[in-house]
Amino acid sequence: MNRRSIWVFGDYRNYFQVRVTLQILARANELAEEMQADVCAIVFGHEVDEWVGEYIAHGAHKVYVVDDPGLKEYSIDIYTALMEHLVLQYSPDIILAGATSFGREFAPRVAKRLRTGLTSDCVGLDLDTDGNLVQTAPAFGGNLLSRIVTPHTRPVMATVRGGVFHERVHDYQARGEIVSIDLPDNFPKDRIHVISSIPQARQSQKIEDASIVVCGGRGMGSSKRFKNIFRLARLLGAEVGATRPVVYARWAGPGMLVGQADQHISPRVLFSFGISGAIQHTAGIDKSAFIIAVNKNPEAAMMKVADCAIVADANQVCLALIRALEKRLRP
Amino acid sequence: MLNILVCVKQVPMVADLPWDPKTGTLMREKSPGMMDPASKHGLEAALKIKEEHGAYITVITMGPPMAEEVLYEAAGMGADRCLLLCDRAMAGADTLVTSHCLATASKTYCPDMDLVLMGSNTSDSDTAQVGPQLAEELGFVCAAYVHAISIRDTGVVVERICDGYKETLEMAFPCLVGVSTGSFHPRYMSMGGLEEAFDNPRILRIGAQEIGLDPEEIGSKGSPTRIVDVYSLATEKKNVVFKGTPKKVVDDLFERFGETIGSAAGMDIQEAHE
Repeated sequence: MNRRSIWVFGDYRNYFQVRVTLQILARANELAEEMQADVCAIVFGHEVDEWVGEYIAHGAHKVYVVDDPGLKEYSIDIYTALMEHLVLQYSPDIILAGATSFGREFAPRVAKRLRTGLTSDCVGLDLDTDGNLVQTAPAFGGNLLSRIVTPHTRPVMATVRGGVFHERVHDYQARGEIVSIDLPDNFPKDRIHVISSIPQARQSQKIEDASIVVCGGRGMGSSKRFKNIFRLARLLGAEVGATRPVVYARWAGPGMLVGQADQHISPRVLFSFGISGAIQHTAGIDKSAFIIAVNKNPEAAMMKVADCAIVADANQVCLALIRALEKRLRP
Repeated sequence: MLNILVCVKQVPMVADLPWDPKTGTLMREKSPGMMDPASKHGLEAALKIKEEHGAYITVITMGPPMAEEVLYEAAGMGADRCLLLCDRAMAGADTLVTSHCLATASKTYCPDMDLVLMGSNTSDSDTAQVGPQLAEELGFVCAAYVHAISIRDTGVVVERICDGYKETLEMAFPCLVGVSTGSFHPRYMSMGGLEEAFDNPRILRIGAQEIGLDPEEIGSKGSPTRIVDVYSLATEKKNVVFKGTPKKVVDDLFERFGETIGSAAGMDIQEAHE
């Protein structure tokens, strides 16, 4: 009988900064122990030995590899067809992929072909007493969380938000089985013609991984006062985040935009200054472990989701914090 | 002339929404609706193409009867025809089934579509799954997160930012494009346009059976995912409130949470307290 298996899609683009695949491998290992299943990584590409090694070192028991010069670039058409091909052959129980831009475009196509359920952007994965995968995902702008199961169809599919789970310490002594699969003949070609693909500056990754983020909104009052956000961030070794109106007003650069359609952050501490908390913003910050919100309006949505809500002028509290930190941190 | 289909969604206007704790679904009828912002950007992209190249724009939405509101808005903005996919049997559909209903309706009513436009993700559920799944069922090539579109003879060239890469992609018709909210700022609906939309409604209401959908295979019945429950993040937070002068609240903050802040920052804030 086939052993049960949890598959993790190897989304290696932007490694080293983007580590969501390793984070999922770690969680998959914990689930696999309860399920008595194997954790398998799936790697498509060309000259991918490095990633195969990384995934084994981070907990993959087995790696299915399709290594072919034709797969040098990420291709959604080909990857979708390959994934379907492998699933039909090996019947995994669960497929997990990072909720990267690519993952969130790729996983729905695979789920559609397999006629199975997919939960997007999960922030929690657990097993219920019946062994169903319980997928926790933000709903309705991130102010609510829903728990979702896929009771009848297999595989169960989910994309997983980065920064939610913690990767394991790498173990280069770990052994894993490598299953090489040839790209089938007459495989469909990619219908997208890539005219150009240019890597952008990496600011975005930094804020996503930051352990402290200082976010400012329109409530800071002016471009000049907003500079205090940068001062505070420097003192704390933190990254700066901003809301859409602030970026539109050019108080902050577009790379700092935090929100639903923009960057999702999951710092250990989030300072939120003068932000009312529109769902478009709160959906990007709801995985922050500890939220300190400062707003004159105690009824602001942001104040309701905060661990610590400070009812006061955002700029004045920001300044007071700067002063206090300068004093306290002076040697 | 190009045949463009635009998929839009009505979403609730407010952040705090009543939801039914029993079924875990949103009680949409309890809150005013609006056109999802990203959907509106998708419609704007279609209207721009119509202005420059000429196009016939069909707008489709799936939802309860009140979702008709966003179709009046779409007509007011300049859509040529609107389709309301509305049936009790469709309620509670997940993305797999929603994309199936949309695909079936569009194959029936827009068999010659060249281009499908929509927002990459909606403001309420934000799964970003319906677009790719609709493309998959239609057999169309697709790209999401797009901020610029140019029309060529046999297809489109689009620009997007995807995982830190700025990509320029070429796709042949028929194709599906999901737009980001970073561009295609929606136009205001003119009063004349709105009046015309109400005087001369070009809204067609379609039920499940008219397009041959099996009630057993749609709605929550046909959906592979099940919502177990929904809970509020806010209720899990302690929500300590500080008030007073800036100096006082900062002292309170450090006294109570200095260790939390200090450990995240990797510095000893408590120790430095005089």
